[in-house]
Amino acid sequence: MKREIWKGSEAIAEAAIRAGCRCFFGYPITPQNEIPEYMSLHMPQSGGVFVQAESELAAVNMVYGAAASGVRAMTSSSSPGVSLKQEGISYMAACQLPAVVVNVMRGGPGLGSIQPAQGDYFQATRGGGNGDYRTVVLAPANIQEAVDLTQEAFDIADQYRNPVVLLADGLIGQMMEPIVWKERTPRKLPEKTWAACGRGDRDHSNFITSLLIDAPSCEAHNLELAKKTAEMEKNECRWEEILMEDAELVIVAYGTPSRVAQTAAENLRRQGVKAGVFRPITVWPYPYQRLKEIAGLERVKVFLDVEMSLGQMLDDVKLAVAERKPVRFYGRCGGSIPHVSEVERAALEAWKEVM
Amino acid sequence: MTACFPHRITIVTGHYGTGKTEFSVNLALALAGEGERVALADLDIVNPYFRSRERRSLLEQAGIRLIATSQACSDADVPALPAELLAVLEDRSVRGVLDVGGDPSGARVLARYRPKIRGEDFQLLYLINANRPEVRTADSAVRYLRGIEAAAGLPCTGLVNNTHLCGETTPQEVREGAALAEAVSRETGIPVICHAAEARFAEQLQELALFPIELRMKKPWE
Repeated sequence: MKREIWKGSEAIAEAAIRAGCRCFFGYPITPQNEIPEYMSLHMPQSGGVFVQAESELAAVNMVYGAAASGVRAMTSSSSPGVSLKQEGISYMAACQLPAVVVNVMRGGPGLGSIQPAQGDYFQATRGGGNGDYRTVVLAPANIQEAVDLTQEAFDIADQYRNPVVLLADGLIGQMMEPIVWKERTPRKLPEKTWAACGRGDRDHSNFITSLLIDAPSCEAHNLELAKKTAEMEKNECRWEEILMEDAELVIVAYGTPSRVAQTAAENLRRQGVKAGVFRPITVWPYPYQRLKEIAGLERVKVFLDVEMSLGQMLDDVKLAVAERKPVRFYGRCGGSIPHVSEVERAALEAWKEVM
Repeated sequence: MTACFPHRITIVTGHYGTGKTEFSVNLALALAGEGERVALADLDIVNPYFRSRERRSLLEQAGIRLIATSQACSDADVPALPAELLAVLEDRSVRGVLDVGGDPSGARVLARYRPKIRGEDFQLLYLINANRPEVRTADSAVRYLRGIEAAAGLPCTGLVNNTHLCGETTPQEVREGAALAEAVSRETGIPVICHAAEARFAEQLQELALFPIELRMKKPWE
């Protein structure tokens, strides 16, 4: 297959179009402006709709409307913009509407910086909007994976009738890498009999609403959503293990910091420390079970969690590892990227503690 | 090594991701290596990351003056142009490399300096990367070239085959890029002045007029 060189944001946009996304609504923000820019040119060419909305809130609610009519729809933004979209994500989860929301994370909190970060982990994995809901959160570590997961995201969203978040750090949005466009086998998906796209021959109208004013029916609705949550937890968990066959020191990292971690692990091995990398690909559902198994291995002595934030995924690593092994942390934040040498140093310090 | 860049000022343009910054940094280093006084102007107002200003220390160690948006906001994406750029245009003892942002939108910054540039000895290069999907055909590459000329108000004087796949480039990719560059040249009458490729391919690509480069714009884990 012919390899091409793509910038992450453009590749995510093209992947969405190839996955059958027919409506894109967005609002510009660095470092993901190439997504709406690419969509503005290519979405109309492929028979779809591009609208630059007047705000992030307007954009996400346009996605709500399009998804309610049964078409594949997407919006994208970066951290502060995704905060604004949380209301729409909660409403879509409540109404069981499939859609894809891309967050190309930058430094926060607030307006923060425009450099890469991962400070939206809590927001993405715990449900940033109100109420009991979860979204599958896919975290690519390279452009090929960003392409593959973007396409997969639409299938996951349709399968569970739930919004899916593609959680990319700014480097994924801005860097360029070679990719191939693979042949995909789409999932077998249920028909969208619920869509509000005209009554046609149906004997009833489809209503899409999240207002359930009567508490027992609202609770029953929540319990139905919880069943889906359990299904997503069971079926959608993904991770990658790098240099893990004999690892005694495990670096846990997701997104591009996992690549810094991998280079650090390779260097550590040359210094006699058997280091490996455990990389969650879905940060919700989190691969607790596998990480727990690894923590139980006798050869594994210590964990180092590495993030471009100040210890958000650390909570999940600790939940999985429990008290089985020590868990240490190294993070940079606000748009700074951890250096390979810094990760190595943090790993060696953790290693000395247990040796 | 820099014989194909005989003009005092080299303006580097192209579609996003064709490798303008990598090429510009390498050209500045090559000129400095030959004892020239060199200034590299980072005029990228399009990209928020991976700009030549991120290689400030490397360039300054080589004696190259880096002209970029004031250092205080080097992480911002404000379209502020450095006033010092005029120094490169006016000081005829300096070899200038202008690293321009991608596409016609990036080339628009040149329009402001057009009268000055016109009065100087310059070449405006258009970089070609056959692995970039938006410019992989001669027609689309020419369309971007004409758009850049129109935005800049300056004529393109030379083509550079800069075909790469980041760290995964092969000599075959460079040859395919050479064919595309020749096709663009036939359509436009603009000469192909060189083929920029990693120095490690020099032996395998002896048939091409090579400008050998080292990858300087690496990713944090490389």
